[in-house]
Amino acid sequence: MSRPKPEPVQIVKQRRDAALRTLVSGVPYIQFLGIEFDRRGDELTATLPFDEKLIGNPLLPALHGGVTAAFLEVTAIIELSWSLLWEDVEAGRIDLTSLDPMHLPRLPKTIDFSVDYLRSGLPRDAYARARVNRSGRRYASVHVEAWQDNRTRMFAQATGHFVMPDPGNG
Amino acid sequence: MSGTPTPPPQESDAQKLELARQFIEKIPHSRALSMRVDAIGGGAAVISMPYDLRLVGDPRSGVIHGGAVSALMDTCCGAAVMSHPEAPAGTATIDLRIDYMRAATPGQRITARAECYHITRSVAFVRATAHDEEAGLPVASATGAFTVERPKGGAQ
Repeated sequence: MSRPKPEPVQIVKQRRDAALRTLVSGVPYIQFLGIEFDRRGDELTATLPFDEKLIGNPLLPALHGGVTAAFLEVTAIIELSWSLLWEDVEAGRIDLTSLDPMHLPRLPKTIDFSVDYLRSGLPRDAYARARVNRSGRRYASVHVEAWQDNRTRMFAQATGHFVMPDPGNG
Repeated sequence: MSGTPTPPPQESDAQKLELARQFIEKIPHSRALSMRVDAIGGGAAVISMPYDLRLVGDPRSGVIHGGAVSALMDTCCGAAVMSHPEAPAGTATIDLRIDYMRAATPGQRITARAECYHITRSVAFVRATAHDEEAGLPVASATGAFTVERPKGGAQ
């Protein structure tokens, strides 16, 4: 049995990180909210670092419900786009040097998004992970969970449906 | 509403609405999105926000991110609940579902209209739509359930 020699780990990491960075940095609204993504293999974790402008109830204080919804929706769209991009990145089919925000792969479009608020968002960092439950040729269904201090104590979850980007238009 | 013989004086209502407007426009995230309360009262609210390049979700088309529309809808729905005649002391979102019908036209102001169409002792039911500057098909619609917080020791 012979198999190709595995690529050096730093080359693999560089390629994956560059793809993720391009995907995330091209969206102004992600920068506006300050959302960052951590990667372990293909697993992504979104972080929303706390900022005063994210407050919705100054008396408690608590994160704005709309911020929570936006954070979950951003996480769902990036996870879904990342899962679509993954195989091309792994196969080296995407020329990362030519990737800029104007030549990004098309993003999926949200059909609907339903947020379940479980407890109020505290004025501190929040985290989220999304799971693509179904990814077809035309539609996808994605579930997202967000937490703050304890991974097992979600403060919000959401399910969204998306129209897949046109493959010929990437 | 049923005919209670002693409606509260008009002036205090106007003051209450002005307070609500000031309160909403002072919320840090509402300020960050430059939201403006256009109308509020009787369980309904109209809140709008200008087009802003920082809120773009798709750099190729310049269309505003759905998340920013969600923030506008959530604020507007909460404001509608707070302005209901059975005025809760406070409210929080239990759930909110948004349907995105079409992309908002880049450069145009987005206006949300929300109506609290039913309220019980503990839950307020709200629906909302969002339009850009073109009349007709909304950009998005929303339905949500909100908590009704009663003042401590209140009669209800």
